[in-house]
This record gives sequence, C-alpha cells and structure tokens, in this order.
Amino acid sequence: MTNAFDYSRKRIAPAKVIRWTLLALGGIAMVMPIVFMLSTSFKWPHEIYNLKIIPDEPTIENYTYVLEDGRFYQWFWNSLVISTITTISAVLFDSIVGYTLCKFRFRGRMIVFVAILSTLMIPTEMLVIPWYLMAKDFGWLNSYWGIMFPGIMTAFGTFLMKQFFESVPNDFLEAARIDGLNEFQIWWSVAMPLVTPALSALAIFVFLGNWTAFIWPLIVTNDPELYTLPVGLTTFSVEQSVEWELIMTGAALATIPTLIVFLVFQRYIIRGVVMTGIKG
Amino acid sequence: MATVELKKLTKSFGKTEVLHGIDLMVEDGEFVVFVGPSGCGKSTTLRLLAGLDEVTSGQILIGGEVVNNLAPKERNIAMVFQNYAIYPHMTVRKNIGFGLRTAKMPKADKEKRIDEVAEILGMTDLLERRPAQLSGGQRQRVAIGRAMVRNPSVFLFDEPLSNLDAQLRTQMRLEIKKLHQDVGTTIIFVTHDQVEAMTLADRIVIMKDGHIQQVGTPSDVFQNPANMFVAQFIGAPSMNMLEGTVIDEGIQLGAGPVIAHKNQFPVDKITVGIRPSALVPATGGAPTLMAGTIAIVEPLGAESLAYVDINGTMVIATVSGRTPPIVGDVLPLTCPPEDIHFFDTASGKALS
Ligand SMILES: Nc1ncnc2c1ncn2[C@@H]1O[C@H](COP(=O)(O)OP(=O)(O)O)[C@@H](O)[C@H]1O
Ligand SMILES: [Mg+2]
Repeated sequence: MTNAFDYSRKRIAPAKVIRWTLLALGGIAMVMPIVFMLSTSFKWPHEIYNLKIIPDEPTIENYTYVLEDGRFYQWFWNSLVISTITTISAVLFDSIVGYTLCKFRFRGRMIVFVAILSTLMIPTEMLVIPWYLMAKDFGWLNSYWGIMFPGIMTAFGTFLMKQFFESVPNDFLEAARIDGLNEFQIWWSVAMPLVTPALSALAIFVFLGNWTAFIWPLIVTNDPELYTLPVGLTTFSVEQSVEWELIMTGAALATIPTLIVFLVFQRYIIRGVVMTGIKG
Repeated sequence: MATVELKKLTKSFGKTEVLHGIDLMVEDGEFVVFVGPSGCGKSTTLRLLAGLDEVTSGQILIGGEVVNNLAPKERNIAMVFQNYAIYPHMTVRKNIGFGLRTAKMPKADKEKRIDEVAEILGMTDLLERRPAQLSGGQRQRVAIGRAMVRNPSVFLFDEPLSNLDAQLRTQMRLEIKKLHQDVGTTIIFVTHDQVEAMTLADRIVIMKDGHIQQVGTPSDVFQNPANMFVAQFIGAPSMNMLEGTVIDEGIQLGAGPVIAHKNQFPVDKITVGIRPSALVPATGGAPTLMAGTIAIVEPLGAESLAYVDINGTMVIATVSGRTPPIVGDVLPLTCPPEDIHFFDTASGKALS
C-alpha cells in the first residue's frame, strides 16, 4: 500500500513539473516583448542594445519627447477615431447581416453566406492593391474614409455573429412578432441583448485589429496629418536612424487604449471567448 | 373575445403536406384543447392561427373575419410558448409589459395594466426580478401574464406545461382553468398529454398525422370514441383491444372467449375494446366474460391493476386495492355490456 502510494506520487510529480515549466515558458514568451518595450522606453539611446531589463540610467526623457511632439496626439486621435468608428460600424453591420443569414430563409442565402465566408480565405496583402485602385478612382486617398472603408464590415464578424444568433431561440423572436414588433425592433431589442458576450468579443477583436493595422493605413495615406499611430511611429525610424527608444515609448503609450477597451469588456470577452472556443 | 373557425385548412412544407384539411368551429369563450402524439400537426395548426406560418390552402377566421393575410399583431391573439419565451435580459415587469410596447396608450395606463395582471397572477412582489431568479412555475406565469396584458381575443398555448414537474403541472393546470373562468377569453391549447386535455377542455380535438380524428367533450370522446386511435389515446391505461371474428352467437375473440352480441355487424373482422376501468373481477353472480391467469399486479393505492393472461393475450383489469388478487391465480373477469366497444378491424372505425 505504502509503496503504491509513493509510486503514484513519484509519477505525478514530473508531469506537474513539465506542466508548470511549459506554462512558465509560454508566459515568459508572451510577457517578454512587453517588458522590453517598457524597459527600452525608459533607456537612453546608447543603452538600447544592452539587454538589461532595468536600465542603468532610467529616464523619462523619451516620454517627454514623444508627448511634446505634437504629431503624437494627432496620430493618436486619428487611430482613436478610425478604430472607434470602424468598431461600431463592423459590430452593427456584422450582426445585422449575421442575424439575417441565421434567422431568415430566402433564395440565395447559402450563396451569400459562402461568398462572405470565402473572403476569409483571402489575405489582406492580396486585397491591398485592389483597395488602393478603388480608393484612388473614388478619390478616397488621404482621407479617414479611405482608411476605414475596408473595415466597416468584416466577414469574420458576420460568421461569428451568425453562429451566435443560432443560440437565440426562434420562440423569442416569434413571441415578439406576435406582440407587434417589426423585424428591425426584434433584432435590436430582443436578439442583440441576448448576444452581448459575442458583441463585446467582436468589438474587442475589431478594435484591436484596427488599432494595430499598419499596411493599409500606410498605403492609403501619405499625409502625416492622417497617419494612424502605428504608421506615425515608424516615422521615428526613417528620419535619422531607427530610434527604438522613441518607437517603444510610442508603442507603450499606444497600448493604453487597448488596455482600457479590454478592461471595460473583459467580463464579457471571457464568456464570449469561452463560448466561441476561440483562444484569445 | 372571438370565435375561431378553420375551413379546409392545409399546410405543406415543401412537397410534404402535414395538415390535410382541418375543419373546426371554436365558439366564443370556449376552451378547446388539441391533443395528439408528437408530430401530428398541433403546433403547425397553432402557428397558422397565430400567423407565424403561411396557410397553404383553406381559411382561418377570427371573430368571423378571414385573417389569412393579416400579420400576427393584427389578429389580436396572444401565444404562450413551451419554453416560455420570456426574455432573460428584462425584468418581470418589462417582460409582462412587452406586449404593450407597440400599444398606443399613456405610460401610466400601461403600468396600471401590468400591475393588474401581476395582481391576478400573484406576482406583484416579483415584478422587479429577472427570469433567472424565478422558478419554473413563476416563469410560466410571467409568460401567461405577457399574453394577458394586451387583452387578446384569443389565447394560444403550445404545450405550456411540458417543461414543469408533475406537481407543478397539476397546479398550473388548475390556474389556467381558473384564469379561463375569470377572464372568459377563447383559449386554444395544445398538448400531447391526454390527462391535460381531459381536465382542461370544454371540447377536445384529437389529431393524428395531420387529420382530426374526433371533436367532442371530454366525456364524449371517452365514452364514445370514434375510432380505435381515439379509444386508445384517451384514458390511461389504454383500452384493451382484442381482435375477433363475427360468428352466430356474437364475436369469437382470437384469445378464445366469445363475446355474446345480438346486433348484426356489416363486417366480419371486429376488434373489441374494453377499458381497464370497466374490466373487473366477476363476483356476486355476474356473468364471466373471460378468465385468465394473473401475471402482474400493480398497486395504485385505492385500486390495483391486474395484468391478466388470456391464452397468451394480455389484458389489464381493475381490481381491489385493499385485497388484491395474487399473481398466478386464475381470475374470472366481467364487464357491463354498455362498456364494450366494437371497432371495424380493417378501418378502425367504431361500430354501434
Ligand atoms: N418548418 C418545418 N419544416 C418542415 N417540416 C415541418 C416544419 N415544422 C413542422 N414540420 C413537420 O410537420 C409535422 C407536424 O409538426 P408539428 O406541428 O410541430 O407537430 P406537433 O403536433 O408535435 O406539434 C411534423 O412531421 C414535422 O416534422
Ligand atoms: Mg409541437
């Protein structure tokens, strides 16, 4: 008996060690870039290739520089406006289209759905050229609208919302129909409140996607007034050499809104992520 | 309040016809229960009435007016769904008031009406709660309240009690019956449970495979079933069915006994039906109809059910609960002649 007990203890211990080691390694791998971002933002230029986490001579000079440089606020504002509008728009359009595809039977429904789904398989890099030509012909280059238009609706979000609306029982909708609500009211005041976890998760995904978008905003704008934050930050690297400490400072400041968005919506996103089975 | 009339109503989904011409007249203030096995078309009928699905052919009249082309809200009906369909994100007050959202009346009047309904349902204390904080029976009551609040002329119920446990179901059954007596609105109620149908209905509509089998009062369909399906569907345990052949003295059952009968029958294959409640031990000189060995005894309290083996055919008889017979005994059984039903084996139709 005693032997068996000891034996089992010995068997479990290594499994635990491996599990914790892997988790720790994963955690470190994820946290390190953020640690270095913060660390670098407090370093003088001569120290940035020194991999020490705590700088020898910490400074807030970089922050003062970035914040006193008026361009930062402009880029931050651009990013905020663009990300917010795109998020609201994508969440609304994705859910109304997802709802329609989920709850109504009409001719061509499957074709529309498959068409939307298939766009998920085309990488952004491939779309950038057609988007650019389109924006050019419509005269949308160098405008907020030019940056935003590809993202006002997303195939992924439409798919996600369609799946979530499957969980809303039809009885709920029919009861409202009998009570005299029109289809738009049913969508807005019955179906939408029932999928708030999915809406929050989608809002976070879309916001982050737009906040960090780089290639498209870079291509569609060449007016520094219209740069988004990621595009603007790279100008710290073209002017003289790569000024890593300034880029990292800007990046550190840029994470603040994403943190706020996440903290506001996190109690929903955790439920939402669990429900979709998508690992955040 | 209103009458409801169905005229040659059919419904097809694609090429499959699931309702094959339903004709029915429901009087103003009547409580009509549709009953039948799962898949027979009860919900479909109700959904057509509510306007949630389109009629394939035939007519629906509410209050004498053809409503085929009216939207659900224009029919002045209210529907209670099996899973309640009350909204988890709204309080009880909001849920009950939901039916008034589109009504053109001052807010104060709406609130007053919600309070009235809550009062009738005994839910005044629960108005600010959310559905998650309610029991099954309370949720059901909210759903009913939501239907009542608009003063509809017809209530439609689709298996509203089937998610409740047995005790609660009995209680809610009483409450719905009482509600009907109080408000007097026409009610069309769907269930697959014949006990529910018998206890609630003014009239029962028994359906099978998209056809109406019989329409009648509970005692009518119990005493005079129109066919073998109705005979077996109504009443628990089910009616004993014994196949036989017409001979000169009456009917020779396949199981052996002969049922004496004077009348002439138009066919020669007959099925004899006897309810377990009518089949009792032959005592005190009553003539023995059939006899067999007792295989199982099920005590129910006041009485017991005896499963009696008549030459290989099992019948259910009702015996005393106080001194039930013993398994293995031979039991002679009798039945009053008026409680014996005769059916044409081929068509299943009742023969008088
Ligand atoms: N939307 C639908 N599409 C196709 N067939 C349906 C649909 N709704 C119901 N049916 C079919 O119609 C028949 C009757 O269904 P229903 O009215 O729901 O039966 P129940 O008496 O159990 O309420 C069933 O055979 C069912 O499969
Ligand atoms: Mg049904």
